[in-house]
Amino acid sequence: MATLDVSDSEFEEKVLKSQIPVLVDFWAVWCGPCKMAEPVLNELSDEYKDKLVIMKLNVDENQGSTLKYQVMSIPTTILFKGSQEVGRQIGFAGKNAYEDLIKKGVN
Amino acid sequence: MTDKDIFTIKPKEGEAWDVVIIGSGPAALTAAIYTTRGAASTLILGGESWGGQLMLTTTVDNFPGFPDGIQGPDLMNLMRKQAERFGAEFVQKNVETADLGKKPFELIADGKKYLSRTVIISTGASDKWLAIPGEKELVGRGVSTCAPCDAPFFKNKKVAVIGGGDSALTEALVLTKYATEVFIIHRRDQFRASAAMQQKVLDNKNIKILWNTEVTEIVGKDKVEKILIKSNKENTSGEMVLDGVFVAIGHVPESRVFKGHIELDEKGYIKVNDHTKTNIEGVFVAGEVHDQHYKQAITTAGFGCMAGMDVLRYLDKSVPSW
Repeated sequence: MATLDVSDSEFEEKVLKSQIPVLVDFWAVWCGPCKMAEPVLNELSDEYKDKLVIMKLNVDENQGSTLKYQVMSIPTTILFKGSQEVGRQIGFAGKNAYEDLIKKGVN
Repeated sequence: MTDKDIFTIKPKEGEAWDVVIIGSGPAALTAAIYTTRGAASTLILGGESWGGQLMLTTTVDNFPGFPDGIQGPDLMNLMRKQAERFGAEFVQKNVETADLGKKPFELIADGKKYLSRTVIISTGASDKWLAIPGEKELVGRGVSTCAPCDAPFFKNKKVAVIGGGDSALTEALVLTKYATEVFIIHRRDQFRASAAMQQKVLDNKNIKILWNTEVTEIVGKDKVEKILIKSNKENTSGEMVLDGVFVAIGHVPESRVFKGHIELDEKGYIKVNDHTKTNIEGVFVAGEVHDQHYKQAITTAGFGCMAGMDVLRYLDKSVPSW
């Protein structure tokens, strides 16, 4: 399963009310490191199928969530579990860094 | 990719590569284009965060061949494709240890061992930080080293750029497109940046400059709230309320992994002998991990070409001239 897109209006339904943990990638088209992160997140989305959903939120189009979670640098990925933030990774630091983050919410 | 472009066969499990290139910026990828075309089996240990400093830029206007400019990340993707076209294997993992005391050389990346007859070190340089209280804690929460990445988050806000070289001035100019007030805080009384860049900054009414000033602390709970500054000429200090701090005080060579094996200078740059050689026979160097003078995408690509050719000569392979 590839990553899914999420917008401000869907955030509550798709992220906060999700039955399984959701990793949200805050990104934008003009962001170089976000392009590096994309294939890695796609891979992780396959590897953690059924245990985790990975969603992408475009910060230019969804400023509500961007402001709410005080994202001021991209890529920022935030892991949500049971409607709460359980961890975040600022910047792209490779697959292992994402896995460390995912382990905070997924066994 | 077609087979006719590939001149080399990959080593079998447990066998040595002809060359392992560490890094994945312009130096590394150019070296790989040359070594693969010279029929040397080539592995690039490119790092998790691949592509080097150009991945953190927007338009690159000084790379020949792109009259309308090219996006830094696009340029790196093209270079990677070109290296892979000729059979370079790209592993996106960081090198953890490098045992250059035995032959073949042994490199460990993500727990896996790779053997190689020669090595090209092209690990480049990374951003230098101020190392002051509050800085590390607030990275991504108002503290940044990448204006092209983060400037849009500072729309209608007040920001400071720390530094006085080309990269600091470029960051300040990028920020003026979004922030209402941009300050450049520089510890000297003049810039090191090029004349063209200085003129652009001095002509820009939205940029204010604080000379002879140092930042001593960044303060904020969940995000940057203010900075503490002091003058290094007069005995005065003060604070500035602002939203963002962009650190652009230069780079440090990424040579830690090789310390103890490879000769470094006092700043950590790898010492070069005879164009591209290090103190260990069979280990070559290219790019910003040794060059502290030019630091351009095109010069680092040139260094990569030189190292690639020297590796081929060392391996006794002929260098193709086409």
